[in-house]
Amino acid sequence: MATVELRFSASPEHVRTARLVAAAVARRAGVDESALDELRLAVGEACSRAVGLHAIHGLTSPVRVVLTEGEKSFSIEVGDDAPSAVPAPRDSSAGEAAEDTDELGLAVISGLVDDVEVISAANGGAIRMSWPASTPSFP
Amino acid sequence: MDLSLSTRTVGDRTVVEVGGEIDVYTAPKLREQLVELVNDGNHHLVVDMERVDFLDSTGLGVLVGGLKRVRAQEGSLRLVCNQERILKIFRITGLTKVFPIHESVDEAIAATD
Repeated sequence: MATVELRFSASPEHVRTARLVAAAVARRAGVDESALDELRLAVGEACSRAVGLHAIHGLTSPVRVVLTEGEKSFSIEVGDDAPSAVPAPRDSSAGEAAEDTDELGLAVISGLVDDVEVISAANGGAIRMSWPASTPSFP
Repeated sequence: MDLSLSTRTVGDRTVVEVGGEIDVYTAPKLREQLVELVNDGNHHLVVDMERVDFLDSTGLGVLVGGLKRVRAQEGSLRLVCNQERILKIFRITGLTKVFPIHESVDEAIAATD
């Protein structure tokens, strides 16, 4: 069962809230303090991407963020309702690739997170990420 | 925290001091500022990121867009950043090869190609 689940309307202003919530829950779940900056950035990237996909497809449904505390890991799934699209082949000239923030976003996520899975299906996609977590010590 | 922007001119360089969080929500403000500066004839920009707390790929995209604009005018865009967590994002995306990154505003202002 998810520890915390968050749904927000697909607007850029809510992405910061999602970052803050994810980092707070991760800290509580025992994710190492040194990994929280990266976790915050990765969640933000995944949420920004989902918000962008909903905008492109004119979707009014919310973006879902599912935060799950496991025994030895903490996982985050960011889900969208955008139908899958086959990425168009592109030339890899630095300028053009860099301007494509969706591609940059995925590059940042895969650079930051060791355990990441990008799922796309006809009825929506998701980015699943996980981090090691120690048993939290409660005060 | 929101995004804060201020600009000042030093010789032929325009220093843009950025503070706060650059993300999908605030990045459009930075884009507007850079576009306006270039349109007003400021073609040598120094973006001081020492007070930036957060930067994501949307922010990177805006900086790349700014770089393309100034280069079209034979200008330059230099970054000032010492924060490891911000520099890391430039490294993992390979953008350290695209942007000149300096340790201080003075160094960026003094730099020539």
